[in-house]
Amino acid sequence: MIYDVTVIGGGPAGLAAAVSASETAKVLLIEREAKLGGILKQCIHDGFGLITFKEKLSGPEYSGRFIDMLRQTDVHVSLLTFVTSVEKRDDGLFRISLVNRDGVSEVLSKTIVLATGCRERTAKQIFIQGTRPAGVFTAGTAQHFVNLSGQMPTRKCVILGSGDIGLIMARRLTLEGAEVEGVYEVKSSPSGLTRNIHQCLNDFNIPLHLSHTVTRLFGERRLEGVEVARVDDKMKVIKGTERYIPCDALILSVGLIPENELAETLGVSMDGRTKGPAVDQTFMTDVDGVFCTGNALHVNDLVDYVTECAVYTGKNSANYCKTDRKNVIIKAGKEFLYLVPSRLDLSKNIADTVVYFRAAADMNNATLKLKIDGREVLTKKYPFLRPPEMERLNIDFSAYAPGEKSEIEFSIEV
Amino acid sequence: MADFKTVCKNIAKISPDIRVREDRGLIILEGELDKWEDVVAAGQAAVDKKRYLGVINNIKLKGFEPRMRMPGFYDDAYDGIAPDVLIIGGGVVGCAIARELSALSLNTVLAEKSSDVATGASSRNDGCVHVGIDLKPGQVKLKYNGRGNEMYTALCADLGVPFERKGHILLFYRKWERLLAPAFRAVARANKIKGVEYINEKKLKELEPYAPDWAKGAMLMKSGGIVSPYKLTVALAENAAVNGVGFALDTAVTDMEVQDGKIVSVTTNRGKIYPKLVINAAGVYSDFIADLAGDRTFTIHPRKGINFIFDKKVGKLSNTSLAKSPFAIVPDDGVEPPKGLINKIKAFKDMVNSKSHTKGGGVIHTADGNLLVGPNAIEVPDKEDYTTDIDSLNAIYRKQKQTAQRLKMSDAITYFAGTRAATYEEDFVVRKGIFTENIIEAAGIQSPGLTAAPAIAQDVALWAAEYLSRFGKVEKNPSFNPVRKPIPHLAELDSRTRDEMIKKNPDYGVIVCRCEEISKGEILDAVRSPVPATTVDAVKRRVRPGMGRCQGGFCSPLVVKIIADELNISPERVLKGDTGSNILFGKTKGGEL
Repeated sequence: MIYDVTVIGGGPAGLAAAVSASETAKVLLIEREAKLGGILKQCIHDGFGLITFKEKLSGPEYSGRFIDMLRQTDVHVSLLTFVTSVEKRDDGLFRISLVNRDGVSEVLSKTIVLATGCRERTAKQIFIQGTRPAGVFTAGTAQHFVNLSGQMPTRKCVILGSGDIGLIMARRLTLEGAEVEGVYEVKSSPSGLTRNIHQCLNDFNIPLHLSHTVTRLFGERRLEGVEVARVDDKMKVIKGTERYIPCDALILSVGLIPENELAETLGVSMDGRTKGPAVDQTFMTDVDGVFCTGNALHVNDLVDYVTECAVYTGKNSANYCKTDRKNVIIKAGKEFLYLVPSRLDLSKNIADTVVYFRAAADMNNATLKLKIDGREVLTKKYPFLRPPEMERLNIDFSAYAPGEKSEIEFSIEV
Repeated sequence: MADFKTVCKNIAKISPDIRVREDRGLIILEGELDKWEDVVAAGQAAVDKKRYLGVINNIKLKGFEPRMRMPGFYDDAYDGIAPDVLIIGGGVVGCAIARELSALSLNTVLAEKSSDVATGASSRNDGCVHVGIDLKPGQVKLKYNGRGNEMYTALCADLGVPFERKGHILLFYRKWERLLAPAFRAVARANKIKGVEYINEKKLKELEPYAPDWAKGAMLMKSGGIVSPYKLTVALAENAAVNGVGFALDTAVTDMEVQDGKIVSVTTNRGKIYPKLVINAAGVYSDFIADLAGDRTFTIHPRKGINFIFDKKVGKLSNTSLAKSPFAIVPDDGVEPPKGLINKIKAFKDMVNSKSHTKGGGVIHTADGNLLVGPNAIEVPDKEDYTTDIDSLNAIYRKQKQTAQRLKMSDAITYFAGTRAATYEEDFVVRKGIFTENIIEAAGIQSPGLTAAPAIAQDVALWAAEYLSRFGKVEKNPSFNPVRKPIPHLAELDSRTRDEMIKKNPDYGVIVCRCEEISKGEILDAVRSPVPATTVDAVKRRVRPGMGRCQGGFCSPLVVKIIADELNISPERVLKGDTGSNILFGKTKGGEL
């Protein structure tokens, strides 16, 4: 049997992509773990689904709805199954090698959707120095211990980074009786959503120290303390501002990186800004038939956007037929942290294009501008733009009739 | 060579506060100084290999209290045992000796103060099986390096440890530097090293497609190899254990009773042991152990080295061990390269007679496919100073980026520090006891100790058998099996074999560590192995979950659970490494799910 679409990853992106693709296609969904839901399994806090369902749901509730939808479809689901490699055959089909408790197997598929999510940056990736004790966790690992294993990884901790999972864990650990000494953020503005700063820190009197970082770890077996210091506007440590804080854990929420090891083995080109694959408006990579969606494409702030993007991706992968690409690069200035997609394929539908972007810095009264061949075709005003908060907009590019040699350029003016 | 008076004069220049005396053929330094570099300098100035057995540098550093990291508990698990041999130290040297002794019908016990073998320098080095080009004739190091190197292929085959002998490469900066090749070959001849040859740029690029663009040729030293030092150490230990050696882990030697030049008993935190013979393979603590035994002729001054590990994605930047030749000074070093042939040869000679004790590090393709970059060398007072610092990392990165030009800091996945057990004589101390009859020293083993270990072990085992024969004939162990069955790494097997193995053991089909593609079955194999891996780090050393780019972010909760379930202990009792390194504090308010 040859699948039309094989979705790799059973988190929110993979679930939505599989459900959406199954309307017209034969779909296989592969999940590494024993249960569907991905990271949402451990996200027992609420705030999921405000856009999708106009309701405040917990992570498991949110993914539960999609698991229910999946049950209504004829999608084949392989749990506890790991993709060891994907190979594109000469006839264009993908040969996907799998491992699970039954052994080694292979499936063939016309297209694949990479929905492998993201991973957390580690202490070593931000070059924390000193000793190497137990008690240094990424926020997601700490969350797994608390919410899935029912085990406390700390009694008194320092949190480095104000990413959303870090903020949520500050609250979670406080509720479980641990002391969160403070959240330290190297940047001069928070990395997480404003609502999380209020609900997770302010409401619990947990101090947020901006322009601070952890410079050194102490303790050889279990962490005994950390040294924090103030940083200047170039994020360099200011000598003399070092301070020792006794604690038994350091919890890191210092960024997420899309997981793209499979994409790389397929020779997919990456977008240096998103760290995910470069895609066109159908979320297809530069390898025909390879789609990417959700946090594997770019790290989203809200699961609702992941779902939306995955629904489109699922549909596009199901309806995929090879065309002669007519690619036009979409340029985005330095004012953008990133903008997805990074190209338009004029051989496909360009009418209902969704654009996701984040600003590179905090901006007030900003104007987004789209120029095609130097002509300003679209402007949109934003009272404020913040890097932690992703923006999305629908654009009907067909209205501007771009040609293969067109220059498509986004900018933000303040 | 200096006589005693000159030594005294030189040392007085460092500080007038140092007392110098001679005793039993040793030079002994005492006093207290403010700076560690002065303590080291005094030790170095006291070296006189012709006249003295060695330097005993007992100078204290003001404000520094030496502190041996202890297992953290006391019991009587080994109280009263009387083995034929007690090996102290579970590094590669101790474990290699244990394995050699396991071929004899002796009762051998190995005591290691950590909760696992291979936790000191044996898990903190670059894994190079050295050629020995930088060693000098007459050095104990050279003798054992050559023999050890030759043993590697067969040893690793027996133990099921991956070993690659692809050679080590020293890069030349200018084309005409090939004229120095004969000098290299002459050193190689003197050191009895085979397979040292000049290769031109074309051949270099065939072997190393990512060699730096400045490299105009290189010396290829074919006998160089790469091994995983901790996997080898674990394999030696496991094979020794299967053949009857007892492993007393979490067991630190704190004292010895010595009577009439003979060790009567050895005190540990787990009871008093009465061995017939003691083998000192205690690494950075080998001077402490020799001192307890009354047989000390040397001093360890720990020399810290820091290494970087880069993602497998950039593993291709070196296929071997790539390093700049000592006189290839690349312009952005900030140092002027020596000009003219004569100065180059002088620079080369300086390298050979080097006073600096690191070969300058390199860019190494590890046995597991990562890129290892480093090490540096820093004298430190603390024998277990495993801390890292950003200045060292930046310096190592800047230096080695010349060799691996495509290296990016963002591809670094981890870094670690180790301490070399350097003596002031900068040589191994491998000998029978001098002042104590029932001890054998395998001490002061720094680089190239990994290479030398198998050869050192052969000699030590021979001397041990010779000494013990006075108590009765030492027979061969009739059931000795030199072959070890390794834990399979399923990701490396062909699909058919992998499929068959999963059908026999479905746990081999459950991937726990996604970065390194490690299955639950492999982790369970490690927990159930002959020297059981009961901690997260011990599992990691054997089968690698957590060694990849996510550094255990995804798999560590799963590994903790597998260990807890298998050992039937609660998760909060699972340790990262040694006693006290607990990962969890117990249940949340809601309890276990």
